[in-house]
Amino acid sequence: MEVVITTFPWEVVLILAPLFGALSCFLWPKSARYLALSTVFVSVLSVVALAIRLITTGSYRHAIGGWRAPLGIELLADGLSLLMLGVTAVVGLAITVYSTGYFPNRQLLRFWPLWLLLLAALNALFLSGDLFNLYVALELTGLAAVALTALSGGRAALISAMRYLFATLLGSMSYLLGVVLIYHSFGSLDIMILAQRVVQSPVVWSAMGLMSAGLALKTALFPLHFWLPPAHASAPAPVSAALSALVVKASFYVLLRLWLEVFPPGQTAMLGELFGALGVAAIFWGGLQALRAGQLKLLIAYSTVMQVGYFFLAFPLAMAAAWCGVLYLLLSHALAKAAMFLAAGNIIYFSGHDRIVDFDRIANQLPMTLAAFALAGVSIMGLPPSGGFVAKWLMVEASLKSGQWWWAFALIIGSLAAAAYVFKVVGHAFTQTTVRGQTNAVPALMEWTALALALTSILLGLVASWPLAWLEIGGMFSCESAR
Amino acid sequence: MSASATLPLLILGSSLLPGLVIFFLPESKVRIRTALNLSGALLKLVFVGVMAWGVFNGTTYETRLPLIPDLEFVLHADALSLLFVTLSSVLWLVTTVYAIGYLEESPHRSRFFGFFSLCVTATVGVAMAGNLLTFLLFYELLTLVTYPLIVHRGTEVARLAGLTYLRYTIAGGALLMIGTVWLYTLCGTLEFTYGGFVREFASASTNRETLVVIFVLLTAGLGVKAALVPLHGWLPQAMVAPAPVSALLHAVAVVKAGAFGIVRVIYDVFGIEFAANLGVTLPLAILAAVTIVYASVRALFQDDLKRRLAFSTVSQISYITLGVATVGPIAAIGGIVHLVHQGLMKITLFFCAGNLAETLGIHKISEMDGVAHRMPWTMVAFTLGALGMVGVPPLAGFVSKWYLGIGAMAAGQEWIVAILVGSSVLNAAYFLPIIYTAWFKESKGTWPAEQPRGRAETRWTLLLPPLVTALLALGVGLLASAPFSPLDWAQLIAGREYGR
Repeated sequence: MEVVITTFPWEVVLILAPLFGALSCFLWPKSARYLALSTVFVSVLSVVALAIRLITTGSYRHAIGGWRAPLGIELLADGLSLLMLGVTAVVGLAITVYSTGYFPNRQLLRFWPLWLLLLAALNALFLSGDLFNLYVALELTGLAAVALTALSGGRAALISAMRYLFATLLGSMSYLLGVVLIYHSFGSLDIMILAQRVVQSPVVWSAMGLMSAGLALKTALFPLHFWLPPAHASAPAPVSAALSALVVKASFYVLLRLWLEVFPPGQTAMLGELFGALGVAAIFWGGLQALRAGQLKLLIAYSTVMQVGYFFLAFPLAMAAAWCGVLYLLLSHALAKAAMFLAAGNIIYFSGHDRIVDFDRIANQLPMTLAAFALAGVSIMGLPPSGGFVAKWLMVEASLKSGQWWWAFALIIGSLAAAAYVFKVVGHAFTQTTVRGQTNAVPALMEWTALALALTSILLGLVASWPLAWLEIGGMFSCESAR
Repeated sequence: MSASATLPLLILGSSLLPGLVIFFLPESKVRIRTALNLSGALLKLVFVGVMAWGVFNGTTYETRLPLIPDLEFVLHADALSLLFVTLSSVLWLVTTVYAIGYLEESPHRSRFFGFFSLCVTATVGVAMAGNLLTFLLFYELLTLVTYPLIVHRGTEVARLAGLTYLRYTIAGGALLMIGTVWLYTLCGTLEFTYGGFVREFASASTNRETLVVIFVLLTAGLGVKAALVPLHGWLPQAMVAPAPVSALLHAVAVVKAGAFGIVRVIYDVFGIEFAANLGVTLPLAILAAVTIVYASVRALFQDDLKRRLAFSTVSQISYITLGVATVGPIAAIGGIVHLVHQGLMKITLFFCAGNLAETLGIHKISEMDGVAHRMPWTMVAFTLGALGMVGVPPLAGFVSKWYLGIGAMAAGQEWIVAILVGSSVLNAAYFLPIIYTAWFKESKGTWPAEQPRGRAETRWTLLLPPLVTALLALGVGLLASAPFSPLDWAQLIAGREYGR
């Protein structure tokens, strides 16, 4: 048994299973629900098996078709990819379960193939070991995400999906140009080979600029975030959850890989400072807009803009504690943000709208949903005990330790703003309104799913040492000793 | 895991688990809920008793779990934590009985009692925290779980009060967190140690100004909950919460957590000598003195009973800060023992205010004419609590003030005696008229909203708790020199800190 787990290529299953799942959902729409559920279940099991393999044998590469790197394409599995695959599996499972209750039947038929395609693309992205593969997976992710955004088919949804499409295409194009430059000068696309060959030069400079700009656009870093709030606010709730929790992280993951492994360290300092400054701007702008938002989903979307700002604070700090902090933030934010969007979905399902001031005693009517929202909010604002707190602690520590206290200041201001907008919602959920609307009972499964995700994000604050230890597989950095 | 490592977890769990279960109980299961509440509270008392016995016999109780790389979640029982743990467990039991009576028939009791239990869990966690990180964790948790209790009634006023509460406490928590992380980057440890860890671990290159700034950050963060002027603004507004919540907030949970934190920071983080050496204790003492006088003056002008009590809390809680910031062992005893004494007296007063509101609809002092004839036992308890606050011997408040005064003289800070005298006069000025009104004025005949009268003056569950706490307040004053009295513990704690 153990031999099977530690030698079987789980990474291939992780890509192929959702791909075939998507196809079969398209072919047999009647049983799509069960096909989707079993596909996601297989993915979760594969991630667990992959984790066991990585923990026992360390990071490894899988040559597709048996052709090794300079000639063939290699898949790469290390701690960083494991973290992202794990998040994708957990959030993916929750969203799949949730969607069975959320969508009306007609939309559901179109949802399944696209959703599984998105999962396949994400898994492929997190396992890619070369720049071109990353591009293909990134493009697939973007296209599937755009199609999902347009799913509800209303005017607002179509307009925002269109904007999103342009943004994501432009981003990929810019990234691809950078890849071409790199390939032209160094003759390889493989990350491991490039890591040894890339040296400081004007070509690398421009490639770095192009790739970073494209990825920043796709990650919605201020001021390139314009496409995100309308897209995330107008998509159906489970799709918004996937967009905020997973899709935004995908392009950030690519950027992180490039930064840590490909870009020559001497050249990144200036760009890091720029990223940090834009991150701070994103925190302030996102926080402000979230506070002003009158609709719950728009508020959560701006909260994502703000959290993306946090992610970029790691670049100027560029030390182990900061990387660990930001990756932990990635993890807890994914869970918490998905929980928030699913909770918002419940509220919309229940009352038919998401105007915050018109919430009518949600605390009494949907206690579990509100609990999910509030617990996820605790993680978002980085209060203990939650994954968000651990992340914030590590990042504040990194910035104070390196004497760059201003990043810590931005982090703290950001979490105060987060507290303000989370509790704005919670406060209104306790009060009564004069207008009473029609209400729909929410299926218990949907409430439980949101709560389970939120609880997981809280739990991350209590078991931080495990995920952080897994992150070290592959040896890019150590969260423990480097401090 | 050994027995000495599990006991702190059991003490936490005895309120955490019932709390979590209660959330999922349907509203109608009154009996199960009551049974869970009471058995949790009793169990906690038993565990605390075992722990007190163990600590007395020299056992060390400590739980360590990994939390963040290189930093642990530490629960630890020393004399100071035990004092606070005992106070909270005893008062939790009493308040639970009171709350069961108070909320009879009102909606959303499952939610209420769930958060109520979590609130006590967080308080006990604050008490037993063995390092600053664990302290911070429970301190913030306390903020979060009290919020639903404050907005419990779901009115617009409650929502706004909750918002004010969060503005203050979350900002305070942020300051505390910056201070904590900063301290960690300098010292590499956060473990509470007798005499403080800062002097020993702070690297030689650390300049004193940095440490002063950190001290200010920490005390400002804690001062929000301890309601030091000018950070006290949330407390009078939080009065919209149901009476048992106010009682717990003012006597045990929130306010006390802040004051307790200040004691911890001065004694076990910086160390009293080092703090005095840094020159931070005198400003803190002055701030506490200002708070005492200012809040007493504000209390004079409140007609709303609960608001007057709230300002009285702001004033009284600063005695604790004053006691530890007056550098001297005797004043320290006064400050630490007031942690318990103020709790007992103030909870009595809030129970009584709740009884008046619940039974007769009285919220204002001007409505209290002759109320003692209608509710004699409630007013007996109230009178005991109020006289204790004024500092009439042999009640609990007298003991605190006596040690504070003698300690100030011994430490050569005579101005503090003047503050104490002035404060007692002000205490008398805002409490005695209430007592006079209640006992000696003619009743107007009707009450704002009188409930149908039963055999006793009000429900037993409402009447017993204030009587019990009033008797306790009398008892700890009368038996102050007995072994195991709060004073005895406080002497032990101060003795350790001042090394004798």
